[in-house]
Amino acid sequence: MTNKYNLLTATMTVLVLSGSAFAQGVPAGAADHGAHHGAAPIPSERASPPSEAAPTASDPPSVAPAPATREQPAMDHGEMQMQGGSPPPDARDPHAYSDGFVRGSGKYSLEPGFRLRLGDEHRYGALLVNRLERSYGKDDNATAFDAQAWFGTSYNRLVVKAEGERSRGALEHARTELLWGHALTAYFDAQLGIRYDSGEGPNREWLAVGIQGLAPYWFELDATAYLGSSGRTALRLEAEYELLVTQRLILQPRIEVNAYGKSDRERGIGSGLSDVAAGLRLRYEITRQFAPYVGVEWVRRYGETEDLAREAGGRSDDTRLVAGIRFWF
Amino acid sequence: MKRYSFPHSGSALALPLASRRRFVQGLAAGGVLLGGAASLAERAWSQNGDTATGSAPVLRGTEFDLVIAELPVNFTGTARVATTINGSIPAPTLYWREGDTVTIRVTNRLAEATSIHWHGILLPFQMDGVPGISFPGIAPGETFTYRFRVQQSGTYWYHSHSGMQEQTGMYGAIVIEPADGETIRANRDYVVQLSDWTDDDPMRVLAKLKIQGDVFNLNQPTVIDFFRDVSRDGLRSAIDKRQMWNQMRMSPTDLADLSAYTLTYLMNGVTPAGNWTALFRPGERVRLRFINGAGNTFYDVRIPGLKLTVVQADGVDVEPVTVDEFRFGPGETYDVLVEPSQDAHTIFAQAMDRTGYARGTLASRPGLVAPVPVLDPVQWLTMADMMGGMDHGDGGMASDMQHGNHGAPMDHGAAPGHGTSMSHGAGMNHGAAMNHAAHGQDSRAPATARVRHASTEYGASTDMRVDMARTNLDDPGVGLRDTGRRVLTLADLHTIGGPIDPRGPEREVELHLTGNMERYTWSFDGLEFGRSTPVRFRYGERLRVILHNDTMMSHPMHMHGMWSELESPEGRFQVRRHTIPVQPAQRISFLVTADALGRWAWHCHLLFHMHMGMFREVIVA
Repeated sequence: MTNKYNLLTATMTVLVLSGSAFAQGVPAGAADHGAHHGAAPIPSERASPPSEAAPTASDPPSVAPAPATREQPAMDHGEMQMQGGSPPPDARDPHAYSDGFVRGSGKYSLEPGFRLRLGDEHRYGALLVNRLERSYGKDDNATAFDAQAWFGTSYNRLVVKAEGERSRGALEHARTELLWGHALTAYFDAQLGIRYDSGEGPNREWLAVGIQGLAPYWFELDATAYLGSSGRTALRLEAEYELLVTQRLILQPRIEVNAYGKSDRERGIGSGLSDVAAGLRLRYEITRQFAPYVGVEWVRRYGETEDLAREAGGRSDDTRLVAGIRFWF
Repeated sequence: MKRYSFPHSGSALALPLASRRRFVQGLAAGGVLLGGAASLAERAWSQNGDTATGSAPVLRGTEFDLVIAELPVNFTGTARVATTINGSIPAPTLYWREGDTVTIRVTNRLAEATSIHWHGILLPFQMDGVPGISFPGIAPGETFTYRFRVQQSGTYWYHSHSGMQEQTGMYGAIVIEPADGETIRANRDYVVQLSDWTDDDPMRVLAKLKIQGDVFNLNQPTVIDFFRDVSRDGLRSAIDKRQMWNQMRMSPTDLADLSAYTLTYLMNGVTPAGNWTALFRPGERVRLRFINGAGNTFYDVRIPGLKLTVVQADGVDVEPVTVDEFRFGPGETYDVLVEPSQDAHTIFAQAMDRTGYARGTLASRPGLVAPVPVLDPVQWLTMADMMGGMDHGDGGMASDMQHGNHGAPMDHGAAPGHGTSMSHGAGMNHGAAMNHAAHGQDSRAPATARVRHASTEYGASTDMRVDMARTNLDDPGVGLRDTGRRVLTLADLHTIGGPIDPRGPEREVELHLTGNMERYTWSFDGLEFGRSTPVRFRYGERLRVILHNDTMMSHPMHMHGMWSELESPEGRFQVRRHTIPVQPAQRISFLVTADALGRWAWHCHLLFHMHMGMFREVIVA
C-alpha cells in the first residue's frame, strides 16, 4: 500500500512539474525570464542550447543569418524559438508607423459613432459537455457529468466548470467553479475564481487559481489549486489526450488526480493524495458537435480517503464501463 | 481517361453518403428562387418559381441602380436566405468604360446596414465603401450614391463590406473596357466568378471556429495514417514526420479554415451539379475572366486538355504566360485566354484543401460535358511552409519540396524602372528601419532581409513566429508542387509597362501576418484590429511594405485605394497587384505610391481572418 502511495505521489509530482514546465515552455511576458532571451528549454524540445535568434545590427542587412543545418524532416532548429519566448530588447514597435494617428478620430475620420468594430472585439461563448455518461461498476451505477462553459473575448473570459456524479437518486458530489480566465500565453490561460462543492456532506467553498491549456504534443492540461475555509487546501490535476483513429473515431485517454491538504471526514476525504480517475473513452463524432462514446474508467482512492470509503461500506477502487455523449455548442 | 467522379469524401464519414454528395455537388438547379418576372419590390416567395442559373445579368452605361435585399435560395436541397444585389447571385456584372464617370445608386432593403466596396478600383476614399472607414455604411431603407471617375480597365469585382454579407451572396463582377479599346483579342468573353456558399449562418460558422479552430478540418493526420507511414517508411521516419507538428501543436493539414464540410463551391453562382456552361465555336479563342469572390477558399483552377494563357492579373496586363493551372485566393483575378480543342472541356477549380471543387464546362453545344477530374490528394504542409527558407533567393528548399515546372526566366532587365538610381532627394526619412547595402549605387537595394518581429508577437495572440522566411516567388504552393503540371507563380507575372512610379522606396515598413489557430484569432504583428493603431503613409511618398507571414496559411493581402507593386527577392519590379497571396513562412515586399488621400482598409481577404482582426487602417495624409 505504502509503495503504491509513494509511486502515485511521485507521478502526481511529475504531472504538476511537467504541467508547469509545459506552461513555462511557452511563456508570455508575464513569466519571469531574467536576462536571457527566451525561456529555459525543456530538455526534450532542444538538442542544442538556444542562441540569439536575431542577428545584431552590425550584420550586413541583406545577408540572411547562417542556417544551423540543412533541412531534414526532423531538423534540429534549436537556434530558433518559434513559439513563446519574450521579445528581444530591440523588438519592433507595432505602433511605430502610426505617426500619432489613431483609429476613429483625426484627419479623414468619420464622425464619432461610426467606429469599425470587427469580430475581434465581439464576445463569443461556448458550452462543452465533455462527459455526460452512465457508469457501470461494482460500486453503484452512476450518472456523471463534466462540462465547461465560457463567455468572453479571445483573452478574457468568464469560465464555468461543473463536474459531478449522481447515484442512487441523489447527488453524490458536484464541483462547480466560476472563474475568470485570462490568456497567459498562446496556449494557456490563467484562471482565478471560486469553487463550490455540493453533494454528500456539508458544502464547501474554495478560492481557486490555476491554469488550463494545450501543452506540446497535444496534451490538454488543467491544473488548479484551491484554498478553502479552516485552512483547507486542495489540488486538482486533469490531463486529456485525443487520438484520432479516423477523422471521426477518437480515442480519449484521461486522468484526473485530486489531493487535499487536510482531511474532510464529513465529505469522505482524507488528506494527501485522495483519488485518481483514469479513463479511456472512444467516441464517434456524428457531427463535430455531437459524439456518443463508450469507455472504461478506473477509479482509485488512496490513503485516508480509501480508509474512509471502506468505513462507509464502499470500495477503494473500481473499474467501470461508461457510455455517454459528448457535445458542444 | 479520367472518369466522371464525385468529390473524394474519403474519411468524411458522417453524413449519409447521398446527402453529403448532394451537399457538395449541390442541386443542379440550385440558386436564387425567383417568383416569375415580378419586380424586386414586389418579389414574393414562390415555391414553384424558376431558379436563376447561368451567368449574372449585365448592366451597362454610366448610371446604375442596385437594390440589396434578402431572397430565398436553395443550393443544396435546403432552403436558405441570401443577401443579394438585384436578386441574383452573383450580382449583375457591371460594364464600365475607362474614363467615364459612373453613378451607382445603392438602395438597402435589408434590416441591417450594408455597403458595397469596389475591389481594386481607384477612387476617392469616401467612395470606397468600407463602413467605419470610408463612410458610415448604408442604413436600412437608405440609398447611397457612389460617384467616381473610372481610371483603369480590366476585370474587377464588387462586394459588400458589411458583416458577412459577402459570404451570403453579395458579390458581382466589374468589366471595364479600356479607353482606347480592347487590346486583348478574343472571340468570346466570359466572366467566371468563383465563390463559396454555406447553408450555415456565417456568424455561427465563425462562432464554431472560435470554439474549435479545426472544426471543419476533416483531413487531420490519424493513427491509421501513422501506421501506413510506418509500413511504408519505417517507424523512425513516421515519427520524425510528425514530431515537429506535434510538439508545436499545429496541424500539417491546416490548409483552409472552412471546407466542404460546410461549403458548397460555386462557379458563377452555379453548383458543380448545375454545371455552368460557356459556349464557343470550334476554332475560337475564349477569354475567361476568373474572379475569386469566395469568402474563404483558395481555388486551384485548370481546364484539363487546355493550356491557359494568363494575360491579366488583378485587372492589369501582364506578359502572356502559358500554364496548366493557377491558384488564387479571395480577391484575386486572372484573365486567361484559351483555345478549346475539343467539343467540351471541364473548367475545374478545386479547393486548396481538396475537399471539394467548383466546376463548369466550356462547350461547343449546350448540354455537353467533359470528364471531371478526381480531386488531388491532400498534401501535408512541408518544412518550407512551416519554417521558411534555409537559403534565400534560390529555389532550393526542404528536401521534400520540388518545383520542376518553371521554364520562364525570372528576371526581365528590359522593363523600365529597373536599375535606375534611387531617388532619395530631400524627403528621405530615417524614421523607420532602413537598410541600404547598396546605398549610393545605381541598383535599388532589395528589401531588408533582417527579420524584426513586433514586440507584441510574443504573447497570447501569436502561436508561432518564422525567423527565416523564404523570399522566393516561384513556389506554386502546397499541393501543387509535384503534380507534373505547370502552375503559375508570382515569379511568372510581369506587368507590361513596368511600375507606375519609377521611384524607389524612400522608406520601409514591415508588418507581420500573425494568428493563433487555437484561439482562432488573426492579426498583424500580434495585434488585432481593435488593438491596433493606423499605418500612416505620407501623401505622395513611395515606400516599401514588407509582409512577413508568421503563420502556416496563405493570406491574400488586399490594400484598398492604391496599387501594390510586388518586387522580386532581388528588389526588381515584378507585378502590379491589388491582392497579393502571401504563402506560409514567406516574406514579400511591394512598393506603394501613396497617391490617394484618406483612410483605407488593408486586410487579409479571407473573410473570417479579416473579421477576426487581420485588418489595419491605412491613413494617407
